[in-house]
Amino acid sequence: MSERRDISINVPVLARVEGEGAMELEVRDGHITDLKLRIFEPPRLFEKFLEGRSYSEVPDIVARICGICPVAYQMSAAHAIEMVFGAKTTPWVREMRRLFYCGEWIESHALHIHLLALPDFLGYESAIAMAADHPEEVKRGLRLQELGNSLVRLLGARSVHPIGVRAGGFFHAPQAEQMRAKLEECRAALPEVEALVRWVAALDLPDDPQTFTSVALRHPDEYAFNEGRIVSDDGLDIDINEFHQHFQESHIPHANALHCHLHGKPYLVGPLARVNLNYAQLPETVRANLEQTPAHFPSNNMFHSALARAVELHFALLEAIRILEGYSVPDSPYVEVTPRAGVGYGCTEAPRGILWHRYELDAQGRVVQATIVPPTSQNQARIEEDLHRSLEAMGLDKPDDEIRLRGETVIRNYDPCISCATHFLKVDIKRE
Amino acid sequence: MKPRVAVHKFSSCDGCQLAFLNLGEGLLQLNELVDIVHFAEAGYLDEDAKVDLAFVEGSISTPHELERIKRVRANSKYLVTIGACATAGGLQALRNMADGNAWLAGVYAGPEHVPFLPTSTAVAQNVRVDLELWGCPVNSRQVVLAVRDLLFGVAPRDETEKVCLECKRKGNVCVMVTKNVPCMGPVTRTGCGALCPSFGRDCYACFGPAEAPETAALARRFEGFGLLPEAIAHRFLFINNGAPAFHAEGVRWQEKNHE
Repeated sequence: MSERRDISINVPVLARVEGEGAMELEVRDGHITDLKLRIFEPPRLFEKFLEGRSYSEVPDIVARICGICPVAYQMSAAHAIEMVFGAKTTPWVREMRRLFYCGEWIESHALHIHLLALPDFLGYESAIAMAADHPEEVKRGLRLQELGNSLVRLLGARSVHPIGVRAGGFFHAPQAEQMRAKLEECRAALPEVEALVRWVAALDLPDDPQTFTSVALRHPDEYAFNEGRIVSDDGLDIDINEFHQHFQESHIPHANALHCHLHGKPYLVGPLARVNLNYAQLPETVRANLEQTPAHFPSNNMFHSALARAVELHFALLEAIRILEGYSVPDSPYVEVTPRAGVGYGCTEAPRGILWHRYELDAQGRVVQATIVPPTSQNQARIEEDLHRSLEAMGLDKPDDEIRLRGETVIRNYDPCISCATHFLKVDIKRE
Repeated sequence: MKPRVAVHKFSSCDGCQLAFLNLGEGLLQLNELVDIVHFAEAGYLDEDAKVDLAFVEGSISTPHELERIKRVRANSKYLVTIGACATAGGLQALRNMADGNAWLAGVYAGPEHVPFLPTSTAVAQNVRVDLELWGCPVNSRQVVLAVRDLLFGVAPRDETEKVCLECKRKGNVCVMVTKNVPCMGPVTRTGCGALCPSFGRDCYACFGPAEAPETAALARRFEGFGLLPEAIAHRFLFINNGAPAFHAEGVRWQEKNHE
């Protein structure tokens, strides 16, 4: 028998997410009548102040949308600009862009697994508090985060708002001996990362099968970072320039962000969606390591997102090793680009999922119009759908603290980057 | 009792908080030196706690933020801004020069749902600030130094010299002299380690104005390189467009562009 009480819970900030958001829950007669993931982050209007700016300023501007995934913004922008200009980059640039992205995935996934998500699964308020009982795990996370940051610094000079990206490639090519030293560091980290995957797989994660559509980039020859077609497990297979023919953005009153739907329905982007769709393209060693665990992909357990991040961290480290092994200093780290008017698209796999950009540039290469669709606004409808069913499945007669914690855990599992979505989470449960 | 520290977020990209979260094991050591009481992204929630030292990331851009920064000030012995948004209004201060409401209508379909101020301003334009750390982003060295200085009774030394001096110390080849690129180093504060010129490109002033910045002379040099007034204006009206010295120079060239 369910207990029907009048309760109001108000947690002023949702912790361990990037940005400011809130959850509002209204329960009447044991049923959810209203549930919202509110986004309070004030809009910063990037798309407007890109207008009139030169293409050469775009990578440095869009990086500022997100301190956690600036690489993703720079990569989507660089590809879109090159498409407008018809510029063809070199194989060296292509490989270095993958290496740059490996750094961001390792940094972001290590940060999310250890500092943001893990305290939920082990029962702590913060990773720092968790470090008292699990010092080795927390330190391992911090070391991997730093390893990812150091890969970004090779090509970007700093890990937050890197300065090395330009249309056509990079400003600077690292020295061969720097890359050799980094290669040794990456090789030394491999056993730690393999252990991390098995350790996350052994965590007592909630088992919560649900139906959802996964969307990711797919490339015929590799686990996609920068290039590919947008595919889903529902049969979608489109060029990136067809995005708006299938995905619809709409502004909803409770969020300073635009919700995005695929054919009118919520969908998932990010690590779990990618592993679900592109599992076969992961290196043999990544799959073999994972197959020592009971976990199986594709998975319909949303909480396998944590494991998918660990799996991708393993992949990104192996990919970084592969690229570093083949490194040589190029004649030039970029190709010259020649501005011309037109429209270009960029869609790359940010740590949290596909990040879609469209730019219209004039003959001098100045931005006429810019559209940016970040991963978190794509996941927002899916998060609300998940919250709705997870909380009802758990039982709304549970104590407020339990409901609140499960709600927060569900939200954090998506690693929402509210700064990106424009952009404190406040939980407000009203029961009648 | 350990000193109490808070990290608050306002309108920003969350990048400056990473100066703490990217400390590695240093983050655990910091936690031994101080008591972190509010830092949402790290999992600490006590927004209205009284603290010895409050770090503030982000600019003030909504009515709620304006009310909240006043509370942070009232609850904090020292208030330190971290980064370009908190210190100069951020890149998003560009809206101060435009019709912010019209801009919002251009991006989001329902502007009536988004309560926000017509301007994005630096924290010091709203409440008293004890120390400003410039940079987009600030780095771990800056924030750890601020903790050390303020909590252990040392007057912080404001780093106001120019990027050019850092370039000389590093032995960089000057990109402005050798490549004729519009480098902002001669008017920009050091602190980043002269990263851009070290990578062979022009500094874009993410650490804000240095002491006595000769902005007019630099702008004329850029004109000599063939930059049009609009492009010169954009050099100053960028990451730290809200910093008075850059704002004034940028507006001057913007007006020339409209002549």
